[in-house]
Amino acid sequence: MFRFVGDPIENMLGQERTDADVERLRDQLGLDDPFLLQYWNFLADAVQGNLGISFRQGRPVVEVLIERLPATLELAFISALFAILFGVLLGVYTAIRSKGWLTNLILTVSLVGVSLPTFLIGILLIYLFAVELGWLPSFGRGDTVQIGWWTTGLLTISGLKAIILPAITLGLYQMTLIMRLVRSEMSEVLNSDYIRFARARGLSERTINFKHALKNTLVPVITITGLQLGSIIAFAIVTETVFQWPGVGLLFIDSVQFVDIPVMAAYLMFISVMFVAINLIVDILYVIVDPRLRIEGAN
Amino acid sequence: MKLMTLLTSSAAVLTLAGGVSAETLNWARAGDSLTMDPHAQNEGPTHALASQIYEPLIQRDMSGKQVAALATEWGPKADDPNVWAFTLREGVTFHDGAEFDSEDVVFSFNRAMSTNSNMKELLSSVVEVRAVGKYGFEIVTDGPNPIMAANLNDIYIMDKGWSEANNAVEVQDMEGGEDTFAAKNTNGTGPYTLVSRVPDNKTVLKANPGYWGIGQFPLEITEINYTPIKNPATRVAALLSGEVDFIQDVPVQDLGRVDADANLKVVKAPQNRVIFFGLNQGDADLTTDNVDGKNPFADLRVRQAMNMAINREAIQKVVMRDQSIPAGVAMPPFVNGWTEALDSIPAGNIDDAKALMADAGYGDGFSVTLHCPNDRYINDEAICQAAVGMFAQIGITVNLDAKPKAQHFPQIGNLTTDFYMLGWGVPTYDSEYIFNFLMHTKGEKRGSWNGTRYSNPDMDAKIVSLASETDLAKRDATIGEIWSQVQEDLLYLPIHHQVLNWGMANKVETPVSPDDRARFKYFTLN
Repeated sequence: MFRFVGDPIENMLGQERTDADVERLRDQLGLDDPFLLQYWNFLADAVQGNLGISFRQGRPVVEVLIERLPATLELAFISALFAILFGVLLGVYTAIRSKGWLTNLILTVSLVGVSLPTFLIGILLIYLFAVELGWLPSFGRGDTVQIGWWTTGLLTISGLKAIILPAITLGLYQMTLIMRLVRSEMSEVLNSDYIRFARARGLSERTINFKHALKNTLVPVITITGLQLGSIIAFAIVTETVFQWPGVGLLFIDSVQFVDIPVMAAYLMFISVMFVAINLIVDILYVIVDPRLRIEGAN
Repeated sequence: MKLMTLLTSSAAVLTLAGGVSAETLNWARAGDSLTMDPHAQNEGPTHALASQIYEPLIQRDMSGKQVAALATEWGPKADDPNVWAFTLREGVTFHDGAEFDSEDVVFSFNRAMSTNSNMKELLSSVVEVRAVGKYGFEIVTDGPNPIMAANLNDIYIMDKGWSEANNAVEVQDMEGGEDTFAAKNTNGTGPYTLVSRVPDNKTVLKANPGYWGIGQFPLEITEINYTPIKNPATRVAALLSGEVDFIQDVPVQDLGRVDADANLKVVKAPQNRVIFFGLNQGDADLTTDNVDGKNPFADLRVRQAMNMAINREAIQKVVMRDQSIPAGVAMPPFVNGWTEALDSIPAGNIDDAKALMADAGYGDGFSVTLHCPNDRYINDEAICQAAVGMFAQIGITVNLDAKPKAQHFPQIGNLTTDFYMLGWGVPTYDSEYIFNFLMHTKGEKRGSWNGTRYSNPDMDAKIVSLASETDLAKRDATIGEIWSQVQEDLLYLPIHHQVLNWGMANKVETPVSPDDRARFKYFTLN
């Protein structure tokens, strides 16, 4: 892999480097070592919690990642919240009123939301809300508050204003996905026998829709939402680049361009660990939501 | 909308009337500084930020002229041309209040020359530095060095006591794996002090109330907020929405949009950077061509034909939207040695070029691979695409291989490309710098960027002689000889000089400096 990402030496030494400097630094960083030896050295250090030093910033990778992580996690959290809340609400609405004009409008708009690439949505939102209307900032995270090692932008006005556009950009695709999923699951459930029986028993529409129908649509929704949460964090790269959001995604892009191998390796490792963790949590959630799994487990 | 403008302008009047206190400038550019350690990285954005906080002995002003900074007088000694003597400025203090004297200069130069420093190449001719009393300083070189002063503009002076107290004597060693204090903290003599910094996010600078240059420079900006904004569209949007007042890199396609805005303006100036193609003319055979056992680039007629085939006006009009100056020589116009004659665009048309190709025995053409960066220069890949079409007109089938800079530039150093694009800026404003890196035979100390495999012992000797020629008239004559040889042998095919476009709010007044460096102490506001 390191053969393809390029040579960090050019970026680390300036224009005035001599060939002797290149040799010295390459030797110092062990870039000429055989691939397996480089990999072994990386593994041995990583196991001890040492992910190396960023070639670009000259600071420990762990420190750089920890500094950038809160921004990404907050953004992912807010956009997941946005996606789930509006996704479920609109999904239920469009399933119950499967015909009205508002349903058609929502479905059409959602199709546009799915088809447009993230960066374009981001730029459109910036153009509309930052340049034309001047309501919201076009870049950055606003003012942040330090709580221990965590920095949060959710406690200041400028921080809250700054998160709106990136969160919508990042969550729009997920919202549409959840909405369409809830809608199709829900319309299926609404046509099933037990709902008809519930109607026959004279239960109120509200109880039928939310207590019986919605609950039974949730299993697949949780699976998808869980997996999507992982990709929200992993694919925040594009959104973070468009909005200059100081998270790990932007860090990754900067690192790729600079060939900052230690940061790239650490970031990819972090993303894979996170995906595994999220899948585990989703599996545990099944058991809580679906009683059938609990009984089978007992057997 | 009208009402809004009215409201904001009256608000602006109110703040103006409010007092002379804080004038904040919000500044954005594509990249961030890599470190606050002034000797660790030799790179544009890093020096641009450092130069607000730290100062060299001699600096450049916004027009590129050398002016006094921490040294007030300088020059080679009359009785010993190997020694440069400097008179240091008295009464200067560092941001923490420590006094500036010759001890700090000696310390900083030794630090800049240490193994891990990225600045040491600029001081490679230095044998020794020494203090002469409290405000005298001397540099001893391995031979007379007539242009020593030109190398000192980015050698920043740190406080010896502060560095020693904070364990920052050494420049960071990447392998050592430890953080250094100087990478995050600063203590300079410059016009601005570092208030806070989150790398890649936001850096805040405040005017230094104890600056020696108060009264000599405008110093109208009292606070600077610096944010890197990577995405060009977002950067322009931030300028249009008024969130930032000054961006250094307006994409050429957005120039009209920014200029059309009533509150904004674009200021242009030629940049100290020339873009050109390099050709492998030294090897017996090329690896990426379809000619067996021969190197077509070794034939001068082929190189001449290719030089004629490049339609520089078309590249300027179509690819660069007029934001370039067609070039005839691989040297920016600010550099000592540049003449209009050298920079004139080669005569000849496509028919002449075809005739030359036929003469050289390549009437049916040949194919070759052109390597290009796609994230380094303005519209780099598009220029290469245009060139592919132009070379096709004389029968050369060019396969374009465009890659990010991290993959592109090592190919030039490792000699694995036969035909490549390169851009060159000249921080010393002198031809010797270009010769050393691009024309001299590739070797241990010189020629590290010469990917042409060109080797001319006679020219090498002339290049080496420049370093110690104290008779400036004679030196300029040698520079002229080398350039005419370079033009005759066509080492490189020049394309154009880049143009800088700074976008700013109407209230900001500044010329554009050719090295793309914003020196905020010269900025004025209206």
